[in-house]
Amino acid sequence: MSRFCKTLIVMAVAAGTAGSALAFDRYQGIGRPATAAEVQAWDIDVRPDFAGLPKGSGDAIRGMDIWEAQCASCHGYFAESNEVFTPLVGGTTKEDIKTGRVAALVNDSFPQRTTMMKVPTVSTLWDYINRAMPWTAPKSLSADEVYSLVAFLLNLAEVIPEDFELNQDSIREVQERMPNRNGMTTDHGMWPGASASKGGIGNGGKPDVKATACMRDCKKEVVLASALPEHAQDAHGNLAEQNRPVGGVRGVQTGAPAAEGAQAGGDPLLALATEKGCMACHGVANKIVGPGYNEIAAKYKGQADAAASLFEKVKNGGQGTWGAIPMPPQGHVKDDEIKQLVQWIMSGAKAQ
Amino acid sequence: MALNDARLGRVKPAPENFLTDEDIQSVKDGRRDFLRKAFLTAGAAMAAPAVANAQPAGDPAILELPPWSKMLGKPVAANPYGQPSMYEKNLVRRESPGLTRVSGSSVSFCPLQGLFGIITPSGLHFERHHQGWVDIDPNKHRLMINGLVKTNAVFTMDDLMRMPSVSRIHFIECGANTGMEWGNVAVPTVQYSHGMISCSEFTGVPLKAILDMCGADYKKGRFVLAEGADGSSMTRTISMEMIESGEVLVAYGMNGEMLRPENGYPLRLVVPGVQGVSWVKWLRRIEVGDKPWATKDEAVHYIDLMPDGLHRQYSSIQECKSVITTPSGGQTLLDKGFYNVSGLAWSGRGKVTRVDVSTDGGINWRTARLETPVLSKALTRFNIDWVWDGKPAILQSRAMDDTGYVQPSYGQLRAVRGTKSIYHNNAIQSWKVVESGEVSNVQVL
Ligand code: HEC
Ligand code: HEC
Repeated sequence: MSRFCKTLIVMAVAAGTAGSALAFDRYQGIGRPATAAEVQAWDIDVRPDFAGLPKGSGDAIRGMDIWEAQCASCHGYFAESNEVFTPLVGGTTKEDIKTGRVAALVNDSFPQRTTMMKVPTVSTLWDYINRAMPWTAPKSLSADEVYSLVAFLLNLAEVIPEDFELNQDSIREVQERMPNRNGMTTDHGMWPGASASKGGIGNGGKPDVKATACMRDCKKEVVLASALPEHAQDAHGNLAEQNRPVGGVRGVQTGAPAAEGAQAGGDPLLALATEKGCMACHGVANKIVGPGYNEIAAKYKGQADAAASLFEKVKNGGQGTWGAIPMPPQGHVKDDEIKQLVQWIMSGAKAQ
Repeated sequence: MALNDARLGRVKPAPENFLTDEDIQSVKDGRRDFLRKAFLTAGAAMAAPAVANAQPAGDPAILELPPWSKMLGKPVAANPYGQPSMYEKNLVRRESPGLTRVSGSSVSFCPLQGLFGIITPSGLHFERHHQGWVDIDPNKHRLMINGLVKTNAVFTMDDLMRMPSVSRIHFIECGANTGMEWGNVAVPTVQYSHGMISCSEFTGVPLKAILDMCGADYKKGRFVLAEGADGSSMTRTISMEMIESGEVLVAYGMNGEMLRPENGYPLRLVVPGVQGVSWVKWLRRIEVGDKPWATKDEAVHYIDLMPDGLHRQYSSIQECKSVITTPSGGQTLLDKGFYNVSGLAWSGRGKVTRVDVSTDGGINWRTARLETPVLSKALTRFNIDWVWDGKPAILQSRAMDDTGYVQPSYGQLRAVRGTKSIYHNNAIQSWKVVESGEVSNVQVL
């Protein structure tokens, strides 16, 4: 081995021990080790075996207060609301808690498929609420608050009593009571990796449906199983306006006007309202969680001082004017943006 | 014979706003075959004088020079970022009314009915967000690697864009594409039935190269968690086998420019052949682990309900599927005669090897032409000649991939999976053509 080569090796070893511990000489100067604090800040996932679950505790009683202040506006007081998202709780029974299989998934005894009917693992609820809820202010809850909220939802589903203390240890018992804990199967061919027998998931990619490619006289008759129902004919706006005006075909003229907000581009204030999360709770014309903007404009028409009080209301939140559901404080929006939005609402906001 | 001067007086595409109040009323009354008649009248009214005195001489569109032939056009860079023609405004992303309740957790569908070839224009790429979309400052974006690695590491965008890059064309399809149609026909056009798919050229770094740098434990670490930097911090479990194959990319480029914010600017995961939810947008973190994570979008959603009440979990591959995009639901054929029936085929397991087309609802089939390029886990364009004789027809396409898998009919798919699975509906699509030329969505078993 020549001296030249040896020098290279020595240099490589030196680089490996000093500074960056990243292993590829080829990519010198790229990437750096993460600090422990950095990993802690971002590594928030919780697995079904509770790896990653922070210590803490809570119960349904405390959970109810947080729920009513921060969650009920979208999900309803009993997590039953279907207005913003599918109901979170409902459709599970005492029997399901025993068997670990939700009967309503087979016998259709419940109109929706709620979160609690499907979720097999309690870790999933903890992980998701912690990372993503409340929807307009994710990652704002403390670990204890997340424990309390999970306890609240589990109590609504009668999985645990209201004084049950949920913590990093007792959550393991709760897993054994999850109504759909035995409701999943991985026996399918749609995992793109090793099979279960080789440390992966599923059957190793074997498809469940086997069709053949017949070419001639493949069947005696054509059975039409379904056609577009009458009520759906016009539900997607005017199809003539959704097709190119040149070529071998044209769009069919259908009756209904284009759906609200379906058009691309448009009003910068609508974009601002969308960006700031206002549109999650307000439609332009219609109520979602809060009143429609045009309803608000109509209510305060001709009241010169309304803009100032509405500014305060949006900034600080509040309830009672339109119903029991509160609007959370919109502190993440700058003052002058709130003013612009209120001005836009008052002057008859349009959907496009 | 195609080129004969009798055709100068034939049905013409009607001008805009040619519909009378009566016509519009007739739609409202449910008479849906009026359009072709309206074309006929509008065409006749326009054509009559032209045919009478222009017949010997020719078409006024040729004989009377149009303004654009007699003027100076617009200067360069009038649109610094170019825009489609003003005549193309109909082809935009659209939501399906009533599908979701709030547009921050919703879908906008790609207008497949008007697209050509296999590449989706970036501004028309379908969108699926769970917690709205964000536009991230690329200089403040970081990618962290942790878990079963020797060195937990952080990469800036500068770091990633200095590394050797690859560019690859792949489709991305939402697992719920065609999900509204499991039980019965629900939507009128291919935009809403199949528009949660797009295909782009993605540029980035194979995730394998980055994991190698960090000293990933490939023996124990057979699963990887990908996590987003947005409010939802979406998470999904990815198989290490796919990463080891070099297919999985950490991508910043799309169709020659940076990713669009709606598609994850400045960084997203590309997981070829796998449903879109795994292509985590605004990617901030990759964790190597020894078990899957059962995240919200693999324990509550993106699970397929089977008739026995069990859900299939971690069902990720998008199986072989195809659809005719022209002519398709909600369109009207202009006239009898020749058409280029055109569509898209794809497979999450590899290359499309063949597409057959039927015009009689699946009794007889003919093999279509596959246009180049035919790439693995990418959209493939197919075309086939068709002379419409003016009689009712049912158009279908059926794709096959290089594993030998054949796209199933609704009857075959439902026999195994029932009708409530929501996800992974890859059944053969049928479009019914009636005498008026109108095309509509139907299902054939
Ligand atoms: C502004 C409306 C809003 C508020 C407030 C809100 N959520 Fe949500 N929540 C949503 C939406 C929308 C989704 C669905 C997100 C998606 O599509 O992934 C959701 C999803 C969830 C889910 C998962 C349900 C499923 O089946 O996927 C849970 C659990 C949840 N929220 C709990 C909470 C809790 C706990 C709070 C209070 C701390 C809260 N939410 C506050 C709108 C809201
Ligand atoms: C989590 C849901 C939610 C969000 C997000 C939200 N609102 Fe509201 N908003 C409400 C509710 C609920 C009410 C009705 C409150 C009441 O009855 O007093 C309301 C009421 C209002 C009103 C009328 C107040 C009154 O006293 O009549 C205005 C104006 C308004 N919102 C603007 C906004 C703007 C601007 C934003 C975004 C910066 C926003 N909202 C975000 C839920 C919300």
